[in-house]
Amino acid sequence: MAPQDNRSHSLDVSSILRGQSKYDEILEPCLKVENLNLFYGKKQALHGINMEMPKKKVTAFIGPSGCGKSTLLRCINRMNDLVDNVTIEGKILLHDDNIYDKSVNVAALRRRVGMVFQKPNPFPKSIFENVTYGLRIQGINDKRILEETVETSLRGAALWDEVKDRLNDNALGLSGGQQQRLVIARAIAIAPEVLLLDEPASALDPISTLKIEELINELKEKYTIVIVTHNMQQAARVSDYTAFMYMGDLIEIGATTQIFTKPAKKQTEDYITGRYG
Amino acid sequence: MIKSWFKSGSPWIWLNAAAVSTCLIMVVGVLGLIVARGVGHFWASPIVQLSYQEDSGEIKTIIGEHVDSTVTPAAMAKSTGFKLSDDEDVLIQYLIKTGNRDLTGSDFRWIQERHIKVQSQPAEMMVIERREWGNFYGTLTAIKENGQVIASGEQAWSILNERLKHTLELHEKIAHLEKKEIGAINYALEKLRLKQRSLELKNAWNEQSAKEFADKKLAYDTDYKNHQTELAQLYQEIRRDSLVATTESGAELAIPLSKIVDVYQPNKMGLFTKITHYFVKLGEFLSEDPREANTEGGIFPAIFGTIMMVMMMSVIVTPFGVIAAVYLREYAKQGFVTQLIRIAVNNLAGVPSIVYGVFGLGFFVYILGGNIDALFFPEASPAPVFGTPGLLWASITLALLTLPVVIVSTEEGLARVPRAIREGSLALGATKIETLWRTVLPMASPAMMTGLILAVARAAGEVAPLMLVGVVKLAPTLPLDGNYPFLHLDRKFMHLGFHIYDVGFQSPNVEAARPLVYATALLLVLVIIGLNLAAIIIRNHLREKYRALEG
Repeated sequence: MAPQDNRSHSLDVSSILRGQSKYDEILEPCLKVENLNLFYGKKQALHGINMEMPKKKVTAFIGPSGCGKSTLLRCINRMNDLVDNVTIEGKILLHDDNIYDKSVNVAALRRRVGMVFQKPNPFPKSIFENVTYGLRIQGINDKRILEETVETSLRGAALWDEVKDRLNDNALGLSGGQQQRLVIARAIAIAPEVLLLDEPASALDPISTLKIEELINELKEKYTIVIVTHNMQQAARVSDYTAFMYMGDLIEIGATTQIFTKPAKKQTEDYITGRYG
Repeated sequence: MIKSWFKSGSPWIWLNAAAVSTCLIMVVGVLGLIVARGVGHFWASPIVQLSYQEDSGEIKTIIGEHVDSTVTPAAMAKSTGFKLSDDEDVLIQYLIKTGNRDLTGSDFRWIQERHIKVQSQPAEMMVIERREWGNFYGTLTAIKENGQVIASGEQAWSILNERLKHTLELHEKIAHLEKKEIGAINYALEKLRLKQRSLELKNAWNEQSAKEFADKKLAYDTDYKNHQTELAQLYQEIRRDSLVATTESGAELAIPLSKIVDVYQPNKMGLFTKITHYFVKLGEFLSEDPREANTEGGIFPAIFGTIMMVMMMSVIVTPFGVIAAVYLREYAKQGFVTQLIRIAVNNLAGVPSIVYGVFGLGFFVYILGGNIDALFFPEASPAPVFGTPGLLWASITLALLTLPVVIVSTEEGLARVPRAIREGSLALGATKIETLWRTVLPMASPAMMTGLILAVARAAGEVAPLMLVGVVKLAPTLPLDGNYPFLHLDRKFMHLGFHIYDVGFQSPNVEAARPLVYATALLLVLVIIGLNLAAIIIRNHLREKYRALEG
């Protein structure tokens, strides 16, 4: 299986070299963060972040709790706008368009940048209505289109076979893992370019986690994925690039194999080897 | 020892238990009293005939229903002027409802038990429920048609029942003609007059419209005359029969059948007949108009008015309360001013309801209603349309009164919608308002219903403000009828709460009306329970549907 492969690669020097050379070939950035500072009131939470996230790859943010990785993730679809007293400086470019430009329609941006949260948050509606929520908001009510989208999205989220006979049941009746995959299906139903995953498996059992990880591997063929995770094995298994953050600073970013085997910074090495964090 | 008992916590448990039981006993007591006093009113109690000798030595007979009895210790009785002999320990008195108010001047009589010589329950005793003068108690002597005796003695009773049935049918017809048919014509004529007046005010009144109106008026007048002839015939027919009855003193009294609502002989009734009779009477109570200054007959207009007013109030208060709460919770910047508004809203709930009544009268009725009249109904002036208390103003006043409850519980409901759900919706490209409409408000709907339940409970029991803004002792027409536009928001209406007050304390015959007070109170409680139950069922259904995420 793919995730296992990734892991074995990260432990083997020759494959690191292979992998690294492979990654170096493709570097078409999808997202670019330029000099991003974020303040909660007067307290600065992100310090001058500069990074790129390549297209159709999985980029993982790792780091100890409170290091700002979730905050950074939530900047990418402007979820932080909802929090009172937040000031954001700098730019995030999505295909060269600054998402913090005044002319940007935030709702339209969020259609291009989907997000899945730590805890599954299906709406208290039927499975069908959950998946079609984003479409209905765009005014699409054609039954045929909705049904097609529900099937492709649920298949895309590897949930179709489990729920196809009970699409009209309340989504809250699903298990936690199923709910999280439903939320992913809901996110991909509106065909975003980027998927932000905020610790998508941290509230799930190991089997559900495995399923989500497999899913991420499939999804990266179509979407640029940014994932925040606490679990370093998970980052190693699913991501192509890894960014290590500490205390609101981006310490290091690079190919996952390199970060996990030959980190450039001492802090990264300490964290990965479990010396702190 | 005592110290350890205190430490064990059991005194507190006992204290709590005592408090809870006191509350329960009080609630059960209130309901029990109302039920016990109210429910028995429709039961056909036996008629007793009593011969008694007063202290003066004179022997008298009375007939009537036994209503109540008191026991007074001899010493106390003597001090208040009763002449008791020395071997008597107590004075027992019975309250007898003797009816025949037109003959004796009162409905009730106290009789001392020691005076009673003979007591019996003759089978032929009958009760006549009359449209005027209350009940009659006595025996049937004869039936008359156009003044001629057609039956007497044994067969008179069955003929009376036949004829009375016929007379009641006629009465029904007359009522229908007068209220529905002629009422509709009067309503149409009034509309016509107002239309003419409005055309005149606009200087658009010309010969053509004059002719048009005269034609219409003529058509209505012809209709009216036809109805009048029919009515005259019916009146003649209904006056044909009468009965002759003998009172307790042996005097004979002629009663026209048209004045009778019901006759029955309770002493001849078996248990089954009595049960049937009970439910028939109960049905009449629920479905008929009141008679005799509300002390007799039914209370249908009051039930109807109460429910109507509460529903109107709900329709008005829910959107206002929800919109206010959404603004306060979702849009307004949380800060000092918002907090101040919230405190003000909470305090509104504590304002005495009569103050709302005064405000309703001063602002809604006189200012708002007066201006509406001036703007939209100049033709009706000087008679007010909305510039007078009515259903609309009563509903709005109560909506204002219950607004805080709805706002507070809706706000709580909105606060309980998990942040994750809002973010989930926003992350899918929904705007704030779309998130509100599609997800947050439906999830907060059970809380809105909770607010509405509390509002209904408060509004249905409120009387004081209503007396100023729309409730009357007797409303000639219901606020909902067959005349366009069907719902007449400008009309005054009757209300159960006010009805209780009116019957119990404002009627000329308080003693006779007392059971009605309890029966009406019981009904008011039942109506409120019913309205609440409906709201609770809806809320539970919503809760099930929009079960919030755990944690």
